[in-house]
Amino acid sequence: MSQLNITINENKLTVSPGSTILDAAKAVGVHIPTLCHDPRLKPYGACRVCLVEVEGARAPMPACATKVTDGMVVSTDTEKIHRLRKTVVELLISDHPLECVTCEQCGDCGLQDLAYRYGLNKSRYIGERHPLREQGDDPFIQRNLDKCILCGRCVRICDEVESAFAIDFTYRGFQVQVGTDYGTSLKNTSCEFCGQCISSCPVGALIEKPRLNKGRTWETKKTLTICPYCGTGCTLELQTIGDKIVNVAAPLDKGVNRGNLCVKGRFGYQFVNSNDRLKTPLIKKNGKFVEATWSEAISLIAKKFNGIKSAHGADALAGFSSAKCTNEENYLFQKFMRAAVGTNNVDHCARLCHASTVAGLARAFGSGAMTNSIDDFAKAKAILVIGSNTTEAHPIIGINILQAVRNNGAKLIVIDPRKIKLTQFADIWMAQRPGSDVAVINGIMNIILKEGWYDQKFIEERTEDFDELKKILDAYTPEKVAEISGVSPEDLRRAADIYANSGASSIVFSMGITQHSTGTDNVLSLANLAMMTGNVGREGTGVNPLRGQNNVQGACDMGSLPNVCCGYQKVGDDGVQAKFQAAWGVELPKTPGLTVVEILNSAAKGGVKGLYVMGENPMLSDPDSQHVEEALEKLEFLVVQDIFMTETAVFADVILPGLTFAERDGTFTNTERRVQRIRRAINPMGNAREDWRIISDVATAMGYPMHYESADEILAEINSVTPSYACITTARISDSGF
Amino acid sequence: MTENNCSCEENNSKNEQLTMDILAKYSGKKGSLMPILQEVQTIFGYLPQTILKKISAETKMPMSRIYGVATFYSQFRLQPVGKNIIRVCHGTACHVAGSENITLALESKLDVEDGQTTADNQFTLESVACLGCCSLAPVVMVNKHTYGSLTPDKTKKLIKKYEQKEN
Repeated sequence: MSQLNITINENKLTVSPGSTILDAAKAVGVHIPTLCHDPRLKPYGACRVCLVEVEGARAPMPACATKVTDGMVVSTDTEKIHRLRKTVVELLISDHPLECVTCEQCGDCGLQDLAYRYGLNKSRYIGERHPLREQGDDPFIQRNLDKCILCGRCVRICDEVESAFAIDFTYRGFQVQVGTDYGTSLKNTSCEFCGQCISSCPVGALIEKPRLNKGRTWETKKTLTICPYCGTGCTLELQTIGDKIVNVAAPLDKGVNRGNLCVKGRFGYQFVNSNDRLKTPLIKKNGKFVEATWSEAISLIAKKFNGIKSAHGADALAGFSSAKCTNEENYLFQKFMRAAVGTNNVDHCARLCHASTVAGLARAFGSGAMTNSIDDFAKAKAILVIGSNTTEAHPIIGINILQAVRNNGAKLIVIDPRKIKLTQFADIWMAQRPGSDVAVINGIMNIILKEGWYDQKFIEERTEDFDELKKILDAYTPEKVAEISGVSPEDLRRAADIYANSGASSIVFSMGITQHSTGTDNVLSLANLAMMTGNVGREGTGVNPLRGQNNVQGACDMGSLPNVCCGYQKVGDDGVQAKFQAAWGVELPKTPGLTVVEILNSAAKGGVKGLYVMGENPMLSDPDSQHVEEALEKLEFLVVQDIFMTETAVFADVILPGLTFAERDGTFTNTERRVQRIRRAINPMGNAREDWRIISDVATAMGYPMHYESADEILAEINSVTPSYACITTARISDSGF
Repeated sequence: MTENNCSCEENNSKNEQLTMDILAKYSGKKGSLMPILQEVQTIFGYLPQTILKKISAETKMPMSRIYGVATFYSQFRLQPVGKNIIRVCHGTACHVAGSENITLALESKLDVEDGQTTADNQFTLESVACLGCCSLAPVVMVNKHTYGSLTPDKTKKLIKKYEQKEN
């Protein structure tokens, strides 16, 4: 379609069809005030402060809800418009407590800005006013209903974006208020405490409870960084005063989340300023932890590790890297284990969650990660979710999926034994018996095969050994699959039809299918399903594992794995070996090391004698904690580098205090392999140090010098030895808005 | 008492069955919340919270939305009504003829406020706009019977009659 011409206050411009007057005005820098508008929501046109004059129109039009037509001439700055806006503001403040002196929202309030603009500190309209209606018993969210202007943004974002439906308009006329059913506390409703309502509220009616009386938004320093929780990698704006985080927001125009956050990202920051943080190195003496200096702690580690190495060989040492730490720290940790210690015994918690994904997808596609991006879900015509409680574990991706379903009409197939939130919106929900995933997928493929719904051209051009698959599928008739899995043949048939014939089908999966003894087979089955129907390599398709930790993708990419170096370059391969020996200037071990599970097994038997744990807590995250405890106790020497005294740290001989995401620079790689910057917002707590600085010091003390001045310097080294990260510099990441 | 409870339970399960029938009738039809609420109210006399939850579960409509609709329209009640509904007319003629005092008398007699139901569930007191028989002002309707030319005393006696009927 051709572009549309529009004139706004004498500025001429062209815009794409579908743009509103408000969009066009923004493009030429003309400010139109709004109260009920939020770019995340559908246009609503309720507050009337965005009224503009349109030549030829009978009455002023709301800029937020009026689409541009060709040749439109708009005026936003006329006397009439200002008169109308002023009246609207006066009506609003006629029943709004002008308590700006104590209001949290002061300085960041749409109504206050407009009242200021029009010089209004009282209203011409006198009449009944609402009494103070503070609702106090909700966790996280302070509701001040007397300040509510009924713009409906909270109600709409809870519905349109979050699909939580916790609140709605209740009662009628003057009595109208945004409320829950029967006025109950939010904790008795479907509220998810994501705080999206707060993020949209233009006034002080909804406030984050943890920020109360800690400082107004304009007083805070704002730092863009990345959320430290799940693999989605949402952009956060940390608002700090001094070294305290006061509040967390998200910019509307940035990142994968574009202003959206879940309860974890928005409210889960208190740990950063917690008094329970480790603030100084600790050495265990006679069973008790004693505070130590950095040089004492580091030289003790160097002495013990070198001692174990010379007595039992380098493979008697092992290290757990961390999916919570940055790419730079993961790179440095595996370099430390391989070059300074001399062993490939380095692994991390990905072993327990998505190792089967990495193995399965690497075999099927050559790389173990999402084939498509998060934004791509919007283009899918059908989405098959298996083994992922997306709305809980990856809430912002959950939003993307539900919006595709609710706004774009994508079909949703959920395969999960549990009745999770997604099942409410599913066209088909198949509650399979736990462990019968392969059978269900084979059953779907069996039907696709029999009905001829597969993509012959794709199979011929892009795949191998389809005939082998056919042979296997023959046995999995819908009836047999029903017997194994408990899923009815009719549901299987409908699912097969939707998935194979939608035109663009996407598969989403997570740890519900990877954490099985058949995890790799589950993943391979999904890859086969996608390939036989040609649902790979196009927009809105693909096989998409949702990674758990914020930087588990990066930790794998950086080679915190026993069999590969950074960029999945194979240990033992002659070329790789030569390359890294030249880069790191030291002879490197040739045989792949032990995995997380094998390291603990070996420790329990006395094989591995020294362990360095950075930012992991195997006592909680590894299976069979009693076995883990036995293994940790058997160790000659255990180093734990963490931010808290964890269940694992209590077994340590030396504890080193690291930093939280808010105190350091570096990069995280999210589940769709987007490399994003984290930035220091506050100074390090106590004596704690960046993990990369600690690792460098330990390596140097052990006789392998490592000197870096910044995370950037480490990233430059990563660039030089990691083909997939060759050109990723912080400057280029910043340029692209992350 | 035991017998009463028994029949009450039977009644409850019968009413729930009727609710399920209504929900089945409108199953899959968009825009049917209003008729569902209206028909359910004819069964129970009001909209019980447990039934709204059932409607929410069956129609997949959020509770917040159902509650929003139920509180928007004055035709829906969220509280149970008494056996007898007393409607005091406050139309123009009745207002002039002293309906305010009639309501006050009833409030003190029944120990409830306007819009409430007595603790023994016998009476619900309501104000209404106009009952359409202004020549009889002030007027009160008890259930389907209309009483005119009332005074506070006459009204109290009238209520006594209904109390005796109960006993």
